[in-house]
Amino acid sequence: MNIMIVGVGGQGTLLASRILGKVAIKEGCDVKVSEVHGMSQRGGSVVTYVKYADKVYSPIIDKGEADLVLAFELLEAYRALPYVKKGGKMIVNTQKMDPMPVITGAAQYPQGIEEKLSSKVELQAVDALSLAKEAGTIKAVNVVLIGVIAKSMSIDKQVWLDVLKDTVPEKFLEMNLKAFELGYSL
Amino acid sequence: MKKLMLGNEAVARGAYEAGVSVVSSYPGTPSTEITENIVKYEDIYVEWAPNEKVAAEVAVGASIAGARSMSCMKHVGLNVMADPVFTASYTGVNGGMVLCVADDQGMHSSQNEQDSRHYAKAAKIMMLEPCDSAECKDFTKRAFELSEKYDTPVFLRLSTRVSHSQSLVEEEPKEDIPLKEFDDNPAKYVMMPGNAIKRHVVVEERMKALSEFAEESDLNAVEDNGAKIGVIAGGIAYIYAKEALGDKVNYLKIGITYPLPEKKIKDFAAGLDKVFVIEELDPIIEEHCKAIGVDVVGKEVFSLLGEYTPSMIKKAVTGEEPAEFNEVLEEIPVRPPVMCAGCPHRGVFYVLKKLNLYVSGDIGCYTLGATPPLRAMNTTICMGASISAAHGMAKARGAEFNKKLVSVIGDSTFMHSGITGLVDVVYNKGTGTVIILDNSITGMTGHQDNPTTGYTIRGEETAQVNLITLCKSIGIENVVVADPFDVKNFEKVVREEINRNAPSVIIAQRPCALLKRVKYSGSCKITDKCRKCQMCMKLGCPAISVHDGYLEIDPAQCNGCGLCVNVCPFGAIEKED
Repeated sequence: MNIMIVGVGGQGTLLASRILGKVAIKEGCDVKVSEVHGMSQRGGSVVTYVKYADKVYSPIIDKGEADLVLAFELLEAYRALPYVKKGGKMIVNTQKMDPMPVITGAAQYPQGIEEKLSSKVELQAVDALSLAKEAGTIKAVNVVLIGVIAKSMSIDKQVWLDVLKDTVPEKFLEMNLKAFELGYSL
Repeated sequence: MKKLMLGNEAVARGAYEAGVSVVSSYPGTPSTEITENIVKYEDIYVEWAPNEKVAAEVAVGASIAGARSMSCMKHVGLNVMADPVFTASYTGVNGGMVLCVADDQGMHSSQNEQDSRHYAKAAKIMMLEPCDSAECKDFTKRAFELSEKYDTPVFLRLSTRVSHSQSLVEEEPKEDIPLKEFDDNPAKYVMMPGNAIKRHVVVEERMKALSEFAEESDLNAVEDNGAKIGVIAGGIAYIYAKEALGDKVNYLKIGITYPLPEKKIKDFAAGLDKVFVIEELDPIIEEHCKAIGVDVVGKEVFSLLGEYTPSMIKKAVTGEEPAEFNEVLEEIPVRPPVMCAGCPHRGVFYVLKKLNLYVSGDIGCYTLGATPPLRAMNTTICMGASISAAHGMAKARGAEFNKKLVSVIGDSTFMHSGITGLVDVVYNKGTGTVIILDNSITGMTGHQDNPTTGYTIRGEETAQVNLITLCKSIGIENVVVADPFDVKNFEKVVREEINRNAPSVIIAQRPCALLKRVKYSGSCKITDKCRKCQMCMKLGCPAISVHDGYLEIDPAQCNGCGLCVNVCPFGAIEKED
């Protein structure tokens, strides 16, 4: 299983990839998670990969090889479209964040991205920002999306909950469990 | 039970299991988390040094004193560390010493893409190269053993994809490595010519012994799949090759990058129709193969630039096309990294842009001041170069130019190698203006403490270098502290200092907005007083945008820092709780 997670630096993509990695280990798989640190984290496009199988070599995913792309932002979803394999799926948070060239007026934010994506791949669009607000914090967008991805996969829900409890700080657990449920129940 | 670990975390685990007792490093992506993970092990002494040279010297001293020691850096940090390292090759070690260097193929967070393997050959130091987290741990332990066995420092070469990928690692117990006796041996450790001449002989003998070891060691492993095509590769390139080619080729997996074996390579190539050398960046293994008379295919089909991918390798070796994919024909706007909402550097660059100054920049988050719309930086070369390069510019172009020129440098970078540049300015009658961007932390690499923060790597309180008294003590009489968010005053201070006929330092003091103790709250809002002048857009804040001529602040991104409130000429931005 090749999962690619894309978003904007600061959205919590790293935590999402770590949760997925831990879930895959509990399923007894060989796992590799490729992360991004340093300058590229500062509000830029960020890409992480989670791969699991009986044996995994490369930690990265090439174009046309992702079974699933989890996108935290709409434009980043569009950028990741070439990575989805034939018959692959995208789970996309419909939140829009203008990149600096759009802010400065040097470029336009493309229109109709959802339609363009759904004409090429199986698309599940989610308003994770609203659900995160409902859970109590806009920072929980990542955990809402983990809930969505959990629902789409054939792994026991309890495994996800155990990993979540293991990963997020105690004082934010309740809020994160709520965010997970909101995503899971979609 | 195997654990998922970053390559860097696994190196730290390996060092712990190998009984390392002193670790000194300077942070640098992608190497930083090695040293940060050492903190987990309470009985290891660990520190952030002000720069890599100091870090390596601490490791050298600890080794001579009998301890296993380690220093970790990014590839460009090795340039800073090079001086002690070349001579440590001559002295050898007492306790095992490992130097971890992480290259950044693809330049995810670096100013160049140098290949550190050249240093191994230049300094005559053995280099090991792991390909995943399990090997990171294993090779670190082997490196300590080999260091002591052959009386040499050992390089462990990593790369972004090895350092920052997580894979499974089996933890083992810590070895009991007692502190050795202090090695009181001036002939070995006092490197004046009479002694060094004799030590060079020892180095060359050691290289012969290491070359023999490289022939026999299981670190260079042959995998015979009965194929007619062979691949020679190490580190992450080996992993990509395995993914791309599986068991369709034979492999010589290179774990010892230096010295490379001769007979082993010849034996491997014998009887094969074709041998590919797959290595990112420079043709180091390839040139070795060609020098020993083994015909290989390398850089004529593989790039000298950036990272490789499995599909690129598959295409080059088998001619097989990559997987089909959905192409996006429309141009998608890029999303370059930007200064965070609330970043203290934003106020500084807003003023420098407004005054239309030449800006000699440095390495850190603030390098992003070079990007539009701030676009207030002309040069960035390496750690510490801002001050000395500005001094050179001023000497080349004269006093009038100097009044339109400033250098900017972060607090940690100033401690790293900016101080010596400032001494040069004072000593050689420069009159430059230096702005130290004091955000109270090492920001870019993810919040490491440094000598100006008052805390050690373990979070213990310690002496805090005072930037004001430091600058004054080397002869800067004009040191001004100013808040970059008070843009009016900051502009006034900059105007005064650039026109002064004496060197001066402005300390732009405001902590990084991402620090836990920085508690901005609420968010800012554009009111109906807005006259659409777009002055706030000049800040390049990711939270402020303009749609159909109307300005908007995204409450999800705004942290309420209030800089835009200070910049708006019509008082049209208000802060809400």
